[in-house]
Amino acid sequence: MKQLMVFIRKEFHHILRDPRSLLVLLGMPIVQLLIFGFAITNETRNTNIAVLDNAKDQSTQNIITRIESSRYFDIDRTLNTNGQIEHAFKTGKIKVAVIFQPDFQNELAHANKAQIQIITDATDPNQATTLANYISAIVMDYQSEQNQQNNLPYTINTEMRMLYNPELKGAYSSVPGVMGMILLLISAMMTSISIVKEKELGTMEILLVSPMKPALVIVSKVIPYFVVSLINVVTILLLSVFVLGMPIQGNIILLITVTILYIICALSLGLLISTITNSQQAAMLVSLLGLMLPVVMLSGYAFPIANMPIVLQVLSNIVPAKWYIIMVKSVMIKGLGFAGVWKEALIIIAMTVFFIFVSIKKFKIRLS
Amino acid sequence: MNKNEIVIKTDKLTKKFGDFVAANEITFEVYKGEIFGFLGANGAGKTTAMKMLIGISKPSFGKANIAGFDIYKETEKIKKSIGYMSQKFSLYEDLTIRENIQFFGGVYGLNDNEIVSAGNKLIDKLGLHDEADKLVGSLPLGWKQKLSFSIAILHNPKIVFLDEPTGGVDPITRRQFWDMIYEAADNGITVFVTTHYMDEAEYCHRVSIMVDGVIKALDSPEQLKKHYNAESMDEVFLMLARSAKRGE
Amino acid sequence: MKAVVLENIVKTYKTKKSTVTAVDDVSFSVEEGELFGLIGPDGAGKTSIFRILTTLLLADKGSAKVLGLDVVDDYKKIRDIVGYMPGKFSLYTDLTVEENLEFFATIFNTTIKENYDLVADIYKQLEPFKTRRAGKLSGGMKQKLALSCALIHKPKILFLDEPTTGVDPVSRKEFWEMLKRLKAQGISILVSTPYMDEAKLCDRIALIQNGKIMKIDTPQNIVNQFGKNLYAVHSEKMFNLLNDLRDYKKTESCYAFGENHHLSMKDEEYNLDEIKSYLEEKGHRRATIKKIDPGIEDCFMQLMKK
Repeated sequence: MKQLMVFIRKEFHHILRDPRSLLVLLGMPIVQLLIFGFAITNETRNTNIAVLDNAKDQSTQNIITRIESSRYFDIDRTLNTNGQIEHAFKTGKIKVAVIFQPDFQNELAHANKAQIQIITDATDPNQATTLANYISAIVMDYQSEQNQQNNLPYTINTEMRMLYNPELKGAYSSVPGVMGMILLLISAMMTSISIVKEKELGTMEILLVSPMKPALVIVSKVIPYFVVSLINVVTILLLSVFVLGMPIQGNIILLITVTILYIICALSLGLLISTITNSQQAAMLVSLLGLMLPVVMLSGYAFPIANMPIVLQVLSNIVPAKWYIIMVKSVMIKGLGFAGVWKEALIIIAMTVFFIFVSIKKFKIRLS
Repeated sequence: MNKNEIVIKTDKLTKKFGDFVAANEITFEVYKGEIFGFLGANGAGKTTAMKMLIGISKPSFGKANIAGFDIYKETEKIKKSIGYMSQKFSLYEDLTIRENIQFFGGVYGLNDNEIVSAGNKLIDKLGLHDEADKLVGSLPLGWKQKLSFSIAILHNPKIVFLDEPTGGVDPITRRQFWDMIYEAADNGITVFVTTHYMDEAEYCHRVSIMVDGVIKALDSPEQLKKHYNAESMDEVFLMLARSAKRGE
Repeated sequence: MKAVVLENIVKTYKTKKSTVTAVDDVSFSVEEGELFGLIGPDGAGKTSIFRILTTLLLADKGSAKVLGLDVVDDYKKIRDIVGYMPGKFSLYTDLTVEENLEFFATIFNTTIKENYDLVADIYKQLEPFKTRRAGKLSGGMKQKLALSCALIHKPKILFLDEPTTGVDPVSRKEFWEMLKRLKAQGISILVSTPYMDEAKLCDRIALIQNGKIMKIDTPQNIVNQFGKNLYAVHSEKMFNLLNDLRDYKKTESCYAFGENHHLSMKDEEYNLDEIKSYLEEKGHRRATIKKIDPGIEDCFMQLMKK
């Protein structure tokens, strides 16, 4: 036990005596969160759109008025033929075109369903998705109102993400994303670097030749970064509640628990990286390319998974951050309980077990 | 050695780091074609002094002239007229011998024809025909060091600085290396060398011994031994270095 | 019981293109309480031998025992009783002298206090700097601290891989004096070095080159087996002298050795006066030739050429 304590203290010395790295470790989440929360907001206001109303009846007029009255959209032009749509996009004035089918009201009344086509400028896929969602939300709103008034049992199948994000704040999607990325980077990259550093220094040889069990070496390497990660979790949550004004809907204990699961998963990933690399540079490169890139690209944090090619969608399943971000969203934003996240939690645990298993298999009690 | 031509001249050259005087008023001259041994214990200030002389560290004060150029204003010209080789960095291990020659020739401003002819001469001399297109990393250490020295003098510099060039090299290769140093000196290249092997100090025309940032002794090995009444340079060195005060 | 026994150890490394034999059928043993030196240049295979003995590396062939314990089967027991200082060992530069020592004491299940007498000699010199970070120590000081760290758990046997490489002659001398004192306390020591002049400070040495042991014996015996007359030659123009001596028809070898050249002759009749007059012809006016005893380095070079 004394060995462990002394070892952990030594690790803290390493961390605390390198103020520059420490600043990065603790400052990075704050900067990231603020940048993503404030500066790069996904909020869109007063977007110019075009409307092609092939029905021109009561219902379509109602919907158009609703769209227009929302603060997100300005109707830039009204189109008359399908041929004008492309031109409208090409001039770059509009981001969205809304097209109503002919006979809209009749269809709705008799067949219980009618179609609205929403075409978006997908040069910025994120924004496009958001805008399309906004419009369909407005349409849904109208529909459910109609349902209540007419007392007809319409079933609405449209996905309504914005339901959980009524104010459409950017922070709502960036907080879980930043948590998923920061925790992974700090835990995995820093652990792997600090283990590999011992190999470079030649001290690993001494540690291996000492009576100290390799497992204890690993545990003491991992604990300080676990602590640093927890500090970061607290900072991120405090910032998001008090600065970004984003409340935690669900149980905070549950949120912390799934976060700890994720940190452990990230630490075991760092361990795995340290067993396959021999220099700090290599460890850093593997961490950045092998972890950061997938997290940014494939976790659903920066780009919606639903918009990806099918291959990438499948691939995204092996990115732990994806599952963690889903859990954070469920607990923090939707306010779901354990029943809502147990599947994802199980996946994270399974991944952790796998990483630890492989690391143990690969960890050498000898050199080479 | 040509005592009429001075290629390194320093006057009270000093380097301070805060309160710490790493090199204190160093004054000496080195002649053309001389093999000059620059000795000192770890931390005596050798590396600091050498860094100033090769133009990568600015002195706190004092004057120095290297190969006819001022150490403050003409560092770029200095760099062109010197060669440098250290134990730590010698050559690119993942390039072949020929590629290393091409690279370093290019760095020192030789044109393509010069590089090819100088390179061929070098490969001839070291007898490396069969290895010329092999990666440097696959050569034994001794060969690497000999090759590295040859490349450091490829552009026929006025002075070549060698920082512990023979550390860990086997005894025969070590001597072959010194044969090459002698030959270079014979061709008029001044050799400025640091070493921890005291027998190598004997091969130098003159030797300076640094202690605590100052040059404590400077003379030919023969004169130094006479002066300190010692049998070998090893003894001279121990006598001087043991008086060192600072542990750093 | 012997401190170390190696029998027919072979270790090869595979690179992309070829297989390098780092240790080629090496056998030797170290007696208990002996100071045994592995002498050879970089790349001779010294580090691989150390790693095999400290259980960090598995040999391809052969067997090795440390204090009667097998390096493969009993590796855990060996790890408890050896002190090891790896070649590129550089301590934790961001920890202070004291913190480094304390750390290594603890992971070896002991305290500085418990074994202070063992390291006292060495550590006393470091004590004035004990709050200084290890990264700010000079080379010689670092080696002393590293030795203290390797010693702090009172090992029965010490493995020191090139402890004096890159260290100045003064610190090297002090380091060897420390090893002598440790030996006097009954600790067996296996040490490697590329400096041939350190060989004579060992009880017995193995001369190693290209993974092969060329000779094992006491330094004195090795020198005695040189089997040839060796001459120190000096003149005013040493570089010319070297070439002229090599050109001489009866010369077997001639190498620069400090202030003299060491000359050995072929196995035929020769005559010192004849050599002298040859040198005079070549323009060496005050050449001196005197017979000397060979050193380990002379022997090493002779063996290398065999």
